[in-house]
Amino acid sequence: MVERQSPLEPEFHVGSHGNFEHGVEIILTETRPGSIVQLAAWPGEEKKLIAAIRTVAGLALPDGAGGGLSDGVKSVFGFAPGKFTVADEVEGLAAAFAKVVTPIIGTVTDLSHGRTAIRIAGPKAEWVLAKFFAIDFALPAFPIGAGRSTTHHDVFAQIQRTGADQFDIYVFRSFARSFWKALCHASEEVGYEVQ
Amino acid sequence: MLITCPYCGPRDVIEFTYQGDGNRERPDPASQNFEAWNAYVYDRLNPAGDHNEIWQHSGGCRTHLRVVRNTLTHEISSVAFAHGGHGSAARRKAEDKS
Repeated sequence: MVERQSPLEPEFHVGSHGNFEHGVEIILTETRPGSIVQLAAWPGEEKKLIAAIRTVAGLALPDGAGGGLSDGVKSVFGFAPGKFTVADEVEGLAAAFAKVVTPIIGTVTDLSHGRTAIRIAGPKAEWVLAKFFAIDFALPAFPIGAGRSTTHHDVFAQIQRTGADQFDIYVFRSFARSFWKALCHASEEVGYEVQ
Repeated sequence: MLITCPYCGPRDVIEFTYQGDGNRERPDPASQNFEAWNAYVYDRLNPAGDHNEIWQHSGGCRTHLRVVRNTLTHEISSVAFAHGGHGSAARRKAEDKS
């Protein structure tokens, strides 16, 4: 298999940065999932698509707008009515879904090479993200597993909360390096570590 | 100005794109009634008060929304999906109340 290069590479500097004398409050990583797939159901076919996600990924989506979950290997969340993003550590998710999600149910779009997944974790993760996005990051409003779609300076971003202090952000691959640099700058004042 | 998207919840207006007057009715594409086409393209109510509008949540879930906005105060009194078929998706407000 061809090794995928990271668009962050020239700006990806492992180690502690910024104001970390009093401790590191942000951990930044690139999760590099093997598969990122977008699924969309035709109106009225949502339940069949949710069943297909359960069959292929083994994840039972909770009911409700923006609902999602992650088992640490695979993740899924809703980002629009009848539309879901699914990520997996290994490749081949799009091919697996294409066998189950028939053209009658909806569509499968392989975004594995089109998106970059950045993970921000730590006690100040909510605080740093609040500088970027005008949405409520508090745990009651944005529960673990849930997803949100929003924008930062016209760069579309899908955000999934994968822990109390942890978020995975999916951004366009071509904008990922610029977004990563902005995220690093925003994390400087609380001290951050790139892993 | 905040618009409460039925799927995403309250979001800043910067995430939305105005898609035009929601009062217009498009004539049949085969229609040769030029007055009806002229009205569709040019005539606007331009009210000082509540106005039916179509917006797209282009920086979020990308759905089209039917919005009632007061042109004097910018108060948004109603937001709904412009197209049917998304009924089961609009649950965030109900969740928030529980």
